Amino acid sequence: MQSSTDQIWSWLDAVPDPEIPVISVVDLGIVRGVRWDAGTLVVTVTPTYSGCPATSVISMDIETALRDHGISEVRIETSISPAWTTDWLSEKGRAKLEDYGIAPPQPAGGPERCPHCGSKAVEKVSQFGSTPCKAHWRCTDCLEPFDYFKCI
Amino acid sequence: MSVSVSNDALHQFLLRMGDNTLILGHRVSEWCGHAPVLEEDIALANTALDLIGQTQMWLGLAGEIDGGKSADDLAFLRDAWDFRNVLLVEVPNGDFGRTLMRQFLFDAWHSIMLGRLMTSADDRVAAIAAKASKEVAYHLERSGGTVVGLGDGTEESHARMQEALDYLWPYVGEMFASDEVDAQMVAAGIAPNPTDLREEYDALVGRILTQATLSIPESQFAHKGGRDGRMHTEHLGHLLTQMQWLQRAYPGAKW
Repeated sequence: MQSSTDQIWSWLDAVPDPEIPVISVVDLGIVRGVRWDAGTLVVTVTPTYSGCPATSVISMDIETALRDHGISEVRIETSISPAWTTDWLSEKGRAKLEDYGIAPPQPAGGPERCPHCGSKAVEKVSQFGSTPCKAHWRCTDCLEPFDYFKCI
Repeated sequence: MSVSVSNDALHQFLLRMGDNTLILGHRVSEWCGHAPVLEEDIALANTALDLIGQTQMWLGLAGEIDGGKSADDLAFLRDAWDFRNVLLVEVPNGDFGRTLMRQFLFDAWHSIMLGRLMTSADDRVAAIAAKASKEVAYHLERSGGTVVGLGDGTEESHARMQEALDYLWPYVGEMFASDEVDAQMVAAGIAPNPTDLREEYDALVGRILTQATLSIPESQFAHKGGRDGRMHTEHLGHLLTQMQWLQRAYPGAKW
């Protein structure tokens, strides 16, 4: 019997992002669709940044997780349009990011507050950070550097 | 896709987009582990990564309409005369200042070009442009900010940035050249005439360079021959020997 797509979404919500394991690939908003095509499960995935090296690892992790749940025929399809946006991050994912020490994206283009001490006195170090999706900021109160998940 | 256009012209256009990002991505990646400070190293490596990711999309599509070749086939198995990048992106990195000046001069053109391509009549081109333009907005913010910081910096950094601008300016004109391929792209509604981007470019670049206290050279002379493949600089061949070495020595090697 085929598992329901609701069930599959909940399994995928347990697959961690390889670079930021505190959030799932579903939280990240990169799983765009799940459907059955006869006996094959088709999962549509969109890349965050076009050159993100985690993309192929994510596809592999999704396939492995689904096989572990007994689904042997899986096809991963990549879709680039509409382009991924940080608006697709789940509320749950945003809260987890902040707990983890990564400031979630804000429409204003910079972090709302320091994820460590909550101070609003923050400044940008660089538009680029430890992964393509993050920028490098620091808090001028607690003096800790932190990652900001940049808005695109 | 709703428009009809010769596949040859579309193929050339896609090679021009993809070869620009490929060759510049490779050049910028040469800085990995060598930048003056860690933050700059990370910024350059991420920029290179975005450009190479965009190359996958442009050359992937070029290969698809050219008999099912892969982006890798096009990147690793063509010779210098087959490349269609502008000369600007193949010139050697020079010092950090010249690398950032080249990046800024390219990013400014790239962001304007991608903005126009987002409304391309070819959905595949529009989708790639929409994806890439989000990334390029950050490249431009970074390179523009650094050009201002270094241009309006110390006597030494100012002199180096002016030297970089004087060296690179003759390579800017080629980005706005236009030929039969462009005419076909315009007629099909796929891409703008590059010449029409010049005014917006001059306004943007002029504003940043003024903030950077740098003077744009007066000469309008432009080195050409990259985007039509007529004559690349000697530097491209040297770059390809590095970039293509593995696939040439071990054909078909995979990770």
